[in-house]
Amino acid sequence: MTDVLVIGGGPAGLACAIELRRRGISDVVVIDRESRAGGIPRHCAHQGFGVRDLHRMLSGPSYARRYVELARRAGVDVRVEAMVTGWSSAGLPEVTSPEGREHLRAAAIVLATGCRERPRPARLVPGSRPEGVFTTGLLQQLVELQSPAIGTRAVIVGAEHVSFSALLTLAHAGVEVAGMATTLAWHQSVPGAGAVARLRYRVPVWTRTELTEIRGLPRVEEVEVRDLDGGRTRAVPCDTVVFTGDWIPDHELAVLAGLELDPGTRGPRIDAALRTSRKGFFAAGNLLQGAEPADVAALSGRHAAAAVTRWLNEGDPWPTPVRIVCSAPLQWISPNAVDGTGLPPRGHFALRSSAFLRRPTLEIRQDGALLWRGRLRRLVPGRSGHVPATWLARVNLGGGGISVSAGNLH
Amino acid sequence: MLEAAPDVGAGTSKANTALLHTGFDAKPGTLESRLVRRGYELLSSYAPQSGIPLERTGALLVAWSPEQRAAFPAIIAKAHANGYTPIRQVEVEELYRREPQLGSGAHGALEVPDEGIVCPFTTPLAFATEAVLGGCELRRNTRVTGVERLNPGFRLQTTTGPLSARFLVNAAGLWSDELDRLAGHDEFTITPRRGELIVFDKLSRPLLKHIVLAVPTETTKGVLVSPTVFGNLILGPTAENVERKDDTSSTAHGLAYLRAEGERVLPELVRHEVTAIYVGLRAATEHSDYQLRIHEREGYVCVGGIRSTGLTASLAIAEHVREGLGRAGLRLEPKEPGPRRPVVMPNIGELSPRPYEQGGRIVCFCERVTLQEIEDALYSTIPPVDLDGLRRRTRVLMGRCQGFYCGARVAALLRGGSG
Repeated sequence: MTDVLVIGGGPAGLACAIELRRRGISDVVVIDRESRAGGIPRHCAHQGFGVRDLHRMLSGPSYARRYVELARRAGVDVRVEAMVTGWSSAGLPEVTSPEGREHLRAAAIVLATGCRERPRPARLVPGSRPEGVFTTGLLQQLVELQSPAIGTRAVIVGAEHVSFSALLTLAHAGVEVAGMATTLAWHQSVPGAGAVARLRYRVPVWTRTELTEIRGLPRVEEVEVRDLDGGRTRAVPCDTVVFTGDWIPDHELAVLAGLELDPGTRGPRIDAALRTSRKGFFAAGNLLQGAEPADVAALSGRHAAAAVTRWLNEGDPWPTPVRIVCSAPLQWISPNAVDGTGLPPRGHFALRSSAFLRRPTLEIRQDGALLWRGRLRRLVPGRSGHVPATWLARVNLGGGGISVSAGNLH
Repeated sequence: MLEAAPDVGAGTSKANTALLHTGFDAKPGTLESRLVRRGYELLSSYAPQSGIPLERTGALLVAWSPEQRAAFPAIIAKAHANGYTPIRQVEVEELYRREPQLGSGAHGALEVPDEGIVCPFTTPLAFATEAVLGGCELRRNTRVTGVERLNPGFRLQTTTGPLSARFLVNAAGLWSDELDRLAGHDEFTITPRRGELIVFDKLSRPLLKHIVLAVPTETTKGVLVSPTVFGNLILGPTAENVERKDDTSSTAHGLAYLRAEGERVLPELVRHEVTAIYVGLRAATEHSDYQLRIHEREGYVCVGGIRSTGLTASLAIAEHVREGLGRAGLRLEPKEPGPRRPVVMPNIGELSPRPYEQGGRIVCFCERVTLQEIEDALYSTIPPVDLDGLRRRTRVLMGRCQGFYCGARVAALLRGGSG
């Protein structure tokens, strides 16, 4: 029997496995369904990977390769082209690979299945169903494989970090970008990203703008966009539409395993040690919430290894934690449950809002009693704010649910 | 066999509710009523031999008001007139016991235990494959532009050259009225009626066991929620007449209407992710029955105005046409002695074991499609020419990620690369 089976060989899964080996766990298997491990960064050609975890600046593919190499050196058994498709009636992972079909046995399971961008149908964008409609993930791989499917003039839907990454990918592939459309009032990336798009790439960011229809067959011919303030619509000629961001955890295996999901993150409900609602099941990385940068996902994998090790070595009791819920416009907090005084990954909670909030006052309460009040500098949709964990000691572990709310909203 | 599109079964055949109809609600005495009932029997025995996914889920026709419930006796009488007697009334308590996720406010239901679902992709593909293996020449991307009547026979002008034939069968779907006119007749006009459908994530599948039907009105059978043979739930269709026969666009108002209906019928459903949205155009005519006419003297058969029951009725329609052509003088004899060997389509349904359950290289993760299945499809009797064709043959790209993970690789495989 394997000590730990890590499902998903992206940054979180590999970092977790490496840390488990460092902590002396002997038999660690990482299983990945792709032909190469490394996860999403494999296809992100730009720089900026590895700062927080590896303390260096790498491109996505170099970062992915480096993690695979580190795992190999640490003695992790990384198996590719092997996919867990479900759980047997005995609760064992059912694995399909070129070698056949098997049920693996493991003392602990870490789910690190990542997240993906919500594609067009999930966003209910009406119109025809032509070729030329992609997500960033698909676009990057098409460019990598030099596919003729990439068009000549694109509209980007969304204006988060990854949307600008799609812009770079398109620009490098020689595709003109007509504009980036976001329903929000500002873009959500780093300050200056909009100016770079406008000045360096001559691409406008259309704020408060909704994509209302896609037209054309067999290829995209134009899209209709609507100004959310004036209500006016206009047609934008293009042959490519890229839906970016709007991440959703790839939670299928978590749901099939019967894990409780958090309604905010749509990932498994986890406590600060990254234990799920089911004994022996841990979760890490962007399965917990879509999406954090790769290095943050990796650090969450590394964090999970501590509790996995304790569970294997000491047979820790599986706690029933106190849940944390957010009220609008706050979307989610992660971790979303508290089991004791153990700190969350990187020592703080990650908090998301669906609206731009400037200097919001946050209140964390349990059964009406104030656990913490404090101010964040700002919250931007799609990016995490950091909430300190100083209030953990005041939580009554036998008490009711914890609530997080934001006051003085502008 | 001439097909205007790049692939067989790529029009209305692929974009419908994929129900296997008993014909309980057909108009009694019509040709449609008879052919649906016969087609149900024929397809029910053909499908399992041919690897076509088919599931007999049963249907519950739910009344959401006392007025709708008051229509039950007439629906039962109609079913009996159509020769279908297992239909029975289900009281509210039993209904919620069997479908606990159903929205509140139901006033009872009619159970139609033999209604089912069938694969709308492999069914026409199996027929076409069998035809080609039997010696029929299939010409795709071939549109008929003119019909000249010879005595006897026909000379066709097509976009890929002329063609002569003694007998002519018009099965041109939405364009069957136009071809009928080219052949010198003018008996019906097709007004395409748009039906939008929403496919929900496979994680929604456990919400429902049966097909949930609405009480039909004068104009439509209403919105249904149904399992699919691929393990999803679908919600639809809308019903709206459109101008163009190629207008398969979904609409904001159609989707909003469906979601509101879904919220009422199965509230948990609309909290699930949407995997796909598709639109089919029904070949509606000004008549209330199939426009199936056999012109014996000319040797011409028109198979027009085949509406939503066409998938179920298909084999009975074929049988009907064959008998008609026989009367017109067509001699059909088996090529080889002995019983006919059915074609066997690769299984793409959830009810029977799928290839990945034996091992393999999974390429499409969401739908668990192996490299072997993709290669088999690419080298099949009627190979796909585009991603949609490959999707219909293997389920590749049909899943929740819509190509986020494997889209580029699958496109490369289709182009002949290693991916």
